[in-house]
Amino acid sequence: MPSATAPLRIGCAAGFSGDRTDAAGPVVDALVAAGGPSFLIFETLAERTLALAQLARRVDPDQGYEPLLDELLRPVLARCLANGIRIVSNFGAANPRGAARRIAALAAELGLAAPRIAVVEGDDIGAPAQRPLLRAALGASADLDGVMKSMVCANAYLGADAIADALIAGADVVVTGRVADPSLSVGPALAHFGWRRDDWDRLARATMAGHLLECGAQVTGGYYADPGYKDVDGLARVGYPIAEIDADGHCTITKPSGTGGRIDAHTVKEQLLYEVHDPAAYLTPDVVADLSDARVVELAPDRVRVEGVRGHPRPATLKVNVFCEQGWLAEGEISYAGPRAEARARLAADILRERLGALAPLRVDLLGVASILGDDGGRYLAMQPPGQARDVRLRVAAVHDDKAVAERLPREVTALYTCGPAGGGGVRTALRRRLSTRSCFVPREGAPARFAMTEPA
Amino acid sequence: MSSRTVPLYRAAHGRTGDKGNRSNISVIAWHPALWPTLVEQVSEARVAAQFAHRRPSRVMRYLLPNLGAMNFVLDDVLDGGVNDALNLDSHGKALAFLLLDLPITVPDALCEHLAGADDPHFLPTEPWRLA
Repeated sequence: MPSATAPLRIGCAAGFSGDRTDAAGPVVDALVAAGGPSFLIFETLAERTLALAQLARRVDPDQGYEPLLDELLRPVLARCLANGIRIVSNFGAANPRGAARRIAALAAELGLAAPRIAVVEGDDIGAPAQRPLLRAALGASADLDGVMKSMVCANAYLGADAIADALIAGADVVVTGRVADPSLSVGPALAHFGWRRDDWDRLARATMAGHLLECGAQVTGGYYADPGYKDVDGLARVGYPIAEIDADGHCTITKPSGTGGRIDAHTVKEQLLYEVHDPAAYLTPDVVADLSDARVVELAPDRVRVEGVRGHPRPATLKVNVFCEQGWLAEGEISYAGPRAEARARLAADILRERLGALAPLRVDLLGVASILGDDGGRYLAMQPPGQARDVRLRVAAVHDDKAVAERLPREVTALYTCGPAGGGGVRTALRRRLSTRSCFVPREGAPARFAMTEPA
Repeated sequence: MSSRTVPLYRAAHGRTGDKGNRSNISVIAWHPALWPTLVEQVSEARVAAQFAHRRPSRVMRYLLPNLGAMNFVLDDVLDGGVNDALNLDSHGKALAFLLLDLPITVPDALCEHLAGADDPHFLPTEPWRLA
């Protein structure tokens, strides 16, 4: 049963680093119009994003937070602060204090009273003092010394508790590094409703609300359209989601009026199961959520309620992602068109295989024939009988520890201009450091989360 | 009772998610009446066969009857995962559409619940396995 208490509204205005930066405006408009308690979250920290941020901070100690922070916040910061809409985001990435300083400066530039900005820390466990903990967690994995030497960062997925504590202490903006994505929503719900930290059912329901919000438009019709089967209007101006959470944690997903996209039982089900493994045990630092008996109910157009989520006690460990700089990724592409284009592209691939033996295995794709569903081993491509495709782009890719060896791939692809099959054109090549990743688990005590209120600038 | 063979995407929709070297693909019935057909025919074994070239080490199917959905978890199918694979689509985002191409047989009485129209390009056998 819906609670008599007014719902808490949480709007999400970004689902990854690189998402649209103009999404927040309509969400904030809707939150202001609805009145009542509300929060705005931005989820901008995919697995790899944090490693890139750490590399940016090595170059410039003031960087390492979300590069688009200004673009995300500038349009809405004044209205959020004026209307009591508090902001929670992991856009601190590898440098939450740097992000907090930038937000304070932005508020000053906009002529606003200094907001209270809290940072949540404790996720970064890459420091020398924590190496023994990390070594133990990585355990018997091969090449442990190599991993430790080439490590870029190691971050634990923190939960909602420190976010909630920062909000209870009065923060207007909470900046985190690595936290579990749903925790960005669980924190505000915990702070607002004052739930016990072991109220597993409510925590699990709020977690699934956060899960539905965390990818932004992926629940409002984004990433859903398939013409003729799943038609979605207005994706060029798709509305980002707002969750209305009641005192029991149940949520209704909606979006700002007048925006594009759609919310129905099907868009919500797709996102509910996104990146879920065992639906009876969706693990987060806050709770183990159980979707076994979850239901979705269409209340009205673009209004869907989620019910039936249960919770179990939170895991004793936290997940940690470790990133290492290992090897160089080399890529090259060249196009063939017109009669026998596919045969010429296949010939070019054979030439590269012969020239680049040191870079085996060479990944070969034929864009226009088979380039996505296949495998690095080339089994799928080998199953495709040679055809008559007339517009084919050959792509090859390989990794090597030695940059000098990896550089041969772009050179050999370029040399196809004169030494390869007839009519090849449009060569593009790239060579970049590869970031490889490992996951492990540390005891909760190994990465204690804490918040700190930053000093006004 | 007569029936028709159609691609799975006419009976269900789905989305791929990834974590590390593991992919999950949801399969969600367009209509509750189609759910038993999906449970009967879209088995772990058939899904493993559909992804054989990706060499899954394990395929698990989880059923969510309230949602008319199932969730497939395929281990070790991403050539190392988003940071290690050489694939353009290192997340495996497109893999749901490989699964949704699986042929299924739907009793005539349920065909009114199918989405979309007959697809002239659909072959009732997996074409890339004919080679």
